Amino acid sequence: MSASVELKNASVTFGNFYAAKNINVKINGGEFFSFLGPSGCGKTTLLRAISGFQDLSEGEVLIDGVDMSRIGPNKRPTSLIFQNLALFPLMSVADNISFSLEVRGVDKKKRRSRANELIELMALDGQGEKMVHQLSGGQKQRVAIARALAIEPKVLLLDEPLSALDLKLRQRMRTELRAIQKRVNITFIYITHDQSEALTMSDRIAVMNEGEIEQIGLCADVYNKPLTPFVATFVGENNSIDGKLTEVSSNEATISTENGSFKSCLNNSDGKYSIGDEVFLFIRPEALELAKNGNFDNVIDINIDTFEFEGNIKNYFAKLGSNKKIKFSIPNSVDTSDIHSGSNIQIGFNKLNSVILKKGQLAVDT
Amino acid sequence: MNLFSSLIKKNGPIIGTYLLIAIIFWFIFLIIIPQLYMVDLSFRPNLSPLERGGDKDFYTLEHYKHFLFGSAGSNNYFNVVDISVFFKTIFISIIVTILNLLFCYPIAFYIAKVAQPNSARFLIIALIIPFWINELLRSFALRVLLANEGVINTFLTQIGLIDTGLLFITNNVGLYSGLTYAYLLLMMFPLYNAIESLDKNQLEAAKDLGSSTFWTHIRVVIPHAKPGIVSGCTMVFMLTVGALATPVVLGGPNTLWFPELIYQWFKMSNNWSRGAAYSFLLLIISVIFVLTMMRLFKVRIGEIIK
Repeated sequence: MSASVELKNASVTFGNFYAAKNINVKINGGEFFSFLGPSGCGKTTLLRAISGFQDLSEGEVLIDGVDMSRIGPNKRPTSLIFQNLALFPLMSVADNISFSLEVRGVDKKKRRSRANELIELMALDGQGEKMVHQLSGGQKQRVAIARALAIEPKVLLLDEPLSALDLKLRQRMRTELRAIQKRVNITFIYITHDQSEALTMSDRIAVMNEGEIEQIGLCADVYNKPLTPFVATFVGENNSIDGKLTEVSSNEATISTENGSFKSCLNNSDGKYSIGDEVFLFIRPEALELAKNGNFDNVIDINIDTFEFEGNIKNYFAKLGSNKKIKFSIPNSVDTSDIHSGSNIQIGFNKLNSVILKKGQLAVDT
Repeated sequence: MNLFSSLIKKNGPIIGTYLLIAIIFWFIFLIIIPQLYMVDLSFRPNLSPLERGGDKDFYTLEHYKHFLFGSAGSNNYFNVVDISVFFKTIFISIIVTILNLLFCYPIAFYIAKVAQPNSARFLIIALIIPFWINELLRSFALRVLLANEGVINTFLTQIGLIDTGLLFITNNVGLYSGLTYAYLLLMMFPLYNAIESLDKNQLEAAKDLGSSTFWTHIRVVIPHAKPGIVSGCTMVFMLTVGALATPVVLGGPNTLWFPELIYQWFKMSNNWSRGAAYSFLLLIISVIFVLTMMRLFKVRIGEIIK
């Protein structure tokens, strides 16, 4: 059983400060939905509003179409997984898992059988009698999920539960979370500042910045067709070059920069752009290739500065003109023996692999 | 020797030596010698200084016998007066400890987890300020409030709620409230510290999982605060059972407090040995209380003194 979650004109204010501002989003039943944004963007506030720990200043939360404003956290069909998991350290794993049944007065036998069911589902066999501190990080995650699932919530809310794990375990848990979601078939709402976490697990994501949603969409669309400069730079890496529009058609435009003119795409332009507009051109590092290896819509002259070997790819940091920097990544398999620090070379990109957006706030590297 | 060299290594020769002297002084002169002297004295007859070490100075159980059976000429087989005072003192102290816990727990929880930081600080100061006044004076203040012609009775009579004054002191209302108030902070702060260290997410997690406030306290807060509860209870019990000023001022006419008996043996009857024996009994009951609490709540001594 899953439920849809809808936020309608939802705002949360602390004094004059908007932690969340006029949020409108409908999350479908059974969907894996992520709120992605930097720390302090209001995503945790939204999660707390859905779970009932935070009252909205304006607007409403609807779960399966029912207004939740008068329903407390302990009565909502949601379960929250905390960032630090908040497992009960003085209870055994089985007692943790069946806590929600215990406080509802379910008898011991039923509690035990439900706990065992979940222990099996979460591959925690044999851990039931252990105390929480005796478990590994990944096992604790699974206990937290089992505890949250025990009363069969319709919506599971996850507040960056993977952030404390090391990289390998985090990657494994992503796959696992996704699999669990498919298996139990309930709505998962996940919040994270880690874009690769959001992209790998979610059906759709909402990118947030300063309390507002910048873009909602399928993962690939958010990555490939960002609607704002913030999304373009926060989700994945992006090079930005500023300039002015010199030509505009329905879905294409030419930007004139200090480093030459480039042709690129416009997303959802709807006549929003006109000649002379100040804009950014965004090109992802992996969209840039060595110009000698193909035909490209655009070619840029650059001067190689530094180089970084990442394994599957090679990252080059180059100077573009006098004061700009550009990063491009080349697959390890491509021969780069003639590229050295200081070389003047040409790189190219196709207009479909880049995007022009009106000037706006960029994500700050953290 | 090991302790000495590690103290020197960590703190340098001057401070290290100072620390060592302070520790030894505290341990030997403030703990070991007085207690041993008291125990020793309690097993000797009450002698004048001249007779000490003489023929009459031998070990005897006479003071403990007196506690149990009274003086030779009395009508009862047992020393009913002293024994009943002893157990009444313990009984009332246990009640006072429980009252203290019931009174402090919600306040400590409120200050630690509910109040905003600013109002929490204000409340803590509000708790402490009355204790800047001497215990004896606080007891007298309560007496002024609760006496038969006291402030409360006068007020209630004048607004016509009662005809004659309520007997707060006679019925030990004064004693219970005075003793509960006297050692309030010693319950409050261990409780506050224990509850304060509870992760707030634990409370929210419990609530999110459907728990009522009552169950959250039973299953999450109280188990977490257990060392603080045991620590507060043992301190309050020990100090209450040994209190002197408050029972003297606020005790009802029929309520004699065991430390008052001890005081009488030392001061009025000038019988230090008997006073020492009675004190030793009080010490034993306190130790038994602490051990029982620890056993009951499955708490180790290290957790209590945290």
